[in-house]
Amino acid sequence: MTIKTWLEAAIQDAERRNLTGLRSLLETLARSTSALRSADWNFDATGEPVHTHTPDVR
Amino acid sequence: MSASFRTITELARSLRAREISAERATTDCLARIAERNPSINAYITVLADQALAQARQADAELGRGQDRGPLHGVPVSLKDIIDLEGVPTTAASNVRAGHVARRDSVTAARLRQAGAVLLGKTNLHEFAFGTTNEDSAFGPVRHPLDPNRSPGGSSGGSAAAVMDGMGYASIGTDTGGSVRIPSAACGLVGLKPSLGEVPLEGVVPLSSTMDHVGPICRSVADAGIVFDALRGRAEQRATREMKGLRIGVLRGYFTSLLDAHVASAFEATCASLSAGGATLDEVEIPHAGDIAPIYLHIVLSEAAALHAKTLENHAEHYTPNVRIRLEMGRYILAEDYVRALRGREVLIEQVDAALRGRDALLLPSLAVPAVKLGAATIKIGGVEEPVRNITLRLTQLFNITGHPAITIPCGATTDGLPVGAQLVGSRGKTDDLLSVAQAAEALIRPNVR
Repeated sequence: MTIKTWLEAAIQDAERRNLTGLRSLLETLARSTSALRSADWNFDATGEPVHTHTPDVR
Repeated sequence: MSASFRTITELARSLRAREISAERATTDCLARIAERNPSINAYITVLADQALAQARQADAELGRGQDRGPLHGVPVSLKDIIDLEGVPTTAASNVRAGHVARRDSVTAARLRQAGAVLLGKTNLHEFAFGTTNEDSAFGPVRHPLDPNRSPGGSSGGSAAAVMDGMGYASIGTDTGGSVRIPSAACGLVGLKPSLGEVPLEGVVPLSSTMDHVGPICRSVADAGIVFDALRGRAEQRATREMKGLRIGVLRGYFTSLLDAHVASAFEATCASLSAGGATLDEVEIPHAGDIAPIYLHIVLSEAAALHAKTLENHAEHYTPNVRIRLEMGRYILAEDYVRALRGREVLIEQVDAALRGRDALLLPSLAVPAVKLGAATIKIGGVEEPVRNITLRLTQLFNITGHPAITIPCGATTDGLPVGAQLVGSRGKTDDLLSVAQAAEALIRPNVR
């Protein structure tokens, strides 16, 4: 599932459950998940390296 | 100064010299609690009668030469997430209303075995899921130096109690920094041992692969005494001098977002250790930028799994902020949790590599001094950062990796708010870390006002 699809589904479900405060947290989580998925230590079944990820060292 | 502000080491000496009794030491602490707890809110439950009975028993045992060791007769407290037989374990939550622990946690049993006097249970961020102590069913804990500030959390009641003379030590838990953050904010020593060194049986879990039990004390020697009791065996630790020690200073991510006073105190600490004969060099964690995403996906997933059933049935009993964060974890996909576990392995390798050829790593403990109650963000480096992110920033790595870490006081802001420095050791070598920390403490102490 892509992060975009996941986020849309999660927000829709949260709103159905009247968890209105969750939307901004889910958006934050989506950004965090995006960083997690783009890390260069992830496994790629093709054997190709995951695209180079420069960690935020700020 | 009241006797209840002394170290365990000093009290143990006085108890054996018959300069003070355990009963008197306990009475002093209870008097301090009666005076200060109404405003600080450090304790949820005070066990005055039981504590006095334990103290009298300790006096009797010591009087007939039955010495259980340096904690014998010493008044301490427990974070109210750790079971004590016959006493509620509230976890600072209405979800736990009516709960009474059926048996002692391993932690409580070992403290009893060591002869400690158990004063009561301390306030915390609900279910240990936060760093400020604001979200508690029993109200926020207030910083002893400034009632408008948080003492840090989640073991904030524990740190406030020790800082304010309401006990000689307290036992906290640390899943992302919950022993070290309040210890740093309150000018105390806080130890997170290696993962698994202190059993978690009888402790309400938050994140099953990152929870640790650890002491909050007034000195490194005291932390060693309590740690020995918690793991159930005493070790003779080597006395080390700073001269000849090799310390790796973590910079980049770890020093790029610091309050100016924290940065200044940390640089003074580096200078003191260097002047004391240590060899300091800079060292990197190449994937430091991935720490927060890895931590978030592990802690949220594991906490959500633990709370899912209660969220379905009694969601209204949680404080709103904690409930919403627990709900967030229920949306994390399994594949992303597994990615975070892979990231954990990478970070373990990188911290191990950073420690290779070095006795310890050094970094600040907490990027900012004690934060104002009610603040959602804090301005640092010209940028507004969420309080939760900035307070976890320097401690959570070692919950992910399981390396032992200790905070020691290293200075203060111009307003007198404490600043802490953090030392990190090799996995399974908490005794070595304590030896290094004791050597560092001796050099840094003059910087602490």
